[in-house]
Amino acid sequence: MIPAGGSNVIETTGLRRTFKSGKRTVEAVAGVDLAVREGEIFGFLGPNGAGKTTTLRMLATLMPPTGGTARVAGCDLLTQPDRVRERIGYVGQAGGADREITGRRELVFQGRLYGMSSAAASGRAAELIERLELEPCADRKVGTYSGGQKRRLDIGLGLMHQPQLLFLDEPTTGLDPQSRARVWQEVQRLHELGITVFLTTHYLDEADALCDRIAIIDYGKIVAEGTPEELKRAVAGDVVTLSVGGDRQQAALDLLKAQPFVREAAAEDGMVRLYVDRGEVAMPAILRLLDANAMQLRTMELHRPSLDDVFLRQTGRSLRETAA
Amino acid sequence: MKLLRDTWLVFGRYFGLFIRNPVWVAVGVVQPLLYMILFAPLLKSIASVPGFPRGGAYNVFVPGLLVQLGMFGAAGVGFSLISELRMGVIERLRVTPVSRIALLLGRAMRDVISILVQSLILILLALPFGLSINPVGVVVVLALVALIGLLTASVAYAVALWLRSEDSYAPLIFTSTLPILLTSGVLLPLGFAPEWLKNIALLNPLSYAVNAARDVFLADLGNPDVAKGVVIMAVLCLAAIVWGARAFSKAVA
Repeated sequence: MIPAGGSNVIETTGLRRTFKSGKRTVEAVAGVDLAVREGEIFGFLGPNGAGKTTTLRMLATLMPPTGGTARVAGCDLLTQPDRVRERIGYVGQAGGADREITGRRELVFQGRLYGMSSAAASGRAAELIERLELEPCADRKVGTYSGGQKRRLDIGLGLMHQPQLLFLDEPTTGLDPQSRARVWQEVQRLHELGITVFLTTHYLDEADALCDRIAIIDYGKIVAEGTPEELKRAVAGDVVTLSVGGDRQQAALDLLKAQPFVREAAAEDGMVRLYVDRGEVAMPAILRLLDANAMQLRTMELHRPSLDDVFLRQTGRSLRETAA
Repeated sequence: MKLLRDTWLVFGRYFGLFIRNPVWVAVGVVQPLLYMILFAPLLKSIASVPGFPRGGAYNVFVPGLLVQLGMFGAAGVGFSLISELRMGVIERLRVTPVSRIALLLGRAMRDVISILVQSLILILLALPFGLSINPVGVVVVLALVALIGLLTASVAYAVALWLRSEDSYAPLIFTSTLPILLTSGVLLPLGFAPEWLKNIALLNPLSYAVNAARDVFLADLGNPDVAKGVVIMAVLCLAAIVWGARAFSKAVA
């Protein structure tokens, strides 16, 4: 799991957190091992109550773990929380700006809390206001902001001190599609700047579009981890559906079934359905094979499993049902 | 050094919010002022009753009002904290390296300033009614009120961080402050009280503050009760600050 020689910005071993509710002890995070590499966008995916926010809050020094160890941004989470705090930014679900204060004031105050001088904080605030397109509202109270403006300000607050690692807790929940796209764009920009981003989401398309790697957490445990591609492949593989001319359907099926890259093959409704590991590699091979055997390919289609399929397979339920 | 800088920063934020909405100073002054106009005159007629401290009705009553202001003025500060918890402000501040003591002290200092302004207004308004006091006395009394305010605010913030909801905060704060105020002799000197009530007052730290404030207004600054009241409040205040700062470092949203 830990890449050789690569530097990990987050590394946890057996991280756990229990809560006492009355006499019962609830295990919210039940031993999580994570390795987040420098510069990647890491997605933490899971239904509500799965433990993703609790994990995030522990990594951001907001909540002490009950067990396990963690290094965040090169410092020990348990013994050096202050040094961790200097190196990370955190954008919580609620955001964190006061409705009664202007966005610019909040940014400057945030910078000052990290030890910046008044002038440096003002300069950095102006820079972020421009980059996040907050000029029209920067000097208005946050209570007057649109959802998208508010979210961009929240991200700005997390970036004031130029952290090497940014935590985003469900950054696009409740946003309209346009604002959502704008947040994605911003996250990608952070990626280009070399900032490591650790985000939680319950949107599969978000994880798919944005993240270099993903971990799926359920009942406090990581049930799957990898790139979106790896995860999808591990579940079902890709499905190639094709049809051939003439009466050669059975012959094509027999031919393709024998190929090492085909996991399973079946014929139905005049179509041949193949389960393969990597559709994009299999398709040219299929093309060549059929050609060499004088079979005429009429149609060919590639279906790739979605992360939804991965989630269903790993947790036994659909994310959309549980996310609500 | 960092603690001072952080406290100053946090204070600046909340003081800025406060001066943009100074109506709270007026609201805070109105209640004690009503007591002074509508209740204190009743005391004039009993001021001559044996057992009533010498020095005039207002010099007995105003110190009690000031102590009450110190406590009531700070008891409600948790409401704004709860709304900040909801906006994620506290969580955001806790992720920064800012000192947790500063998170408490900076806000509580703002509350204390507001209480001191109200106290000064109250003292000035009471002068025409017949209150008499010397400048040193004013300083001592304001210091005492500041300690009570800081103590109450620290407790109020710790309670707010613990309860996290206005619905449970309001009843708890208001049902616990009233008996504390009543058994401290704020309204009437406990000289009139039956023995059992006097015994309760002995256990109530705030009654020592009330005694101290009265001694100051009766121009008895050298009375050991003054030092006793100030020391008791200072010690409790320190304990409350430790408790409040711990609440800030542990707060779980």
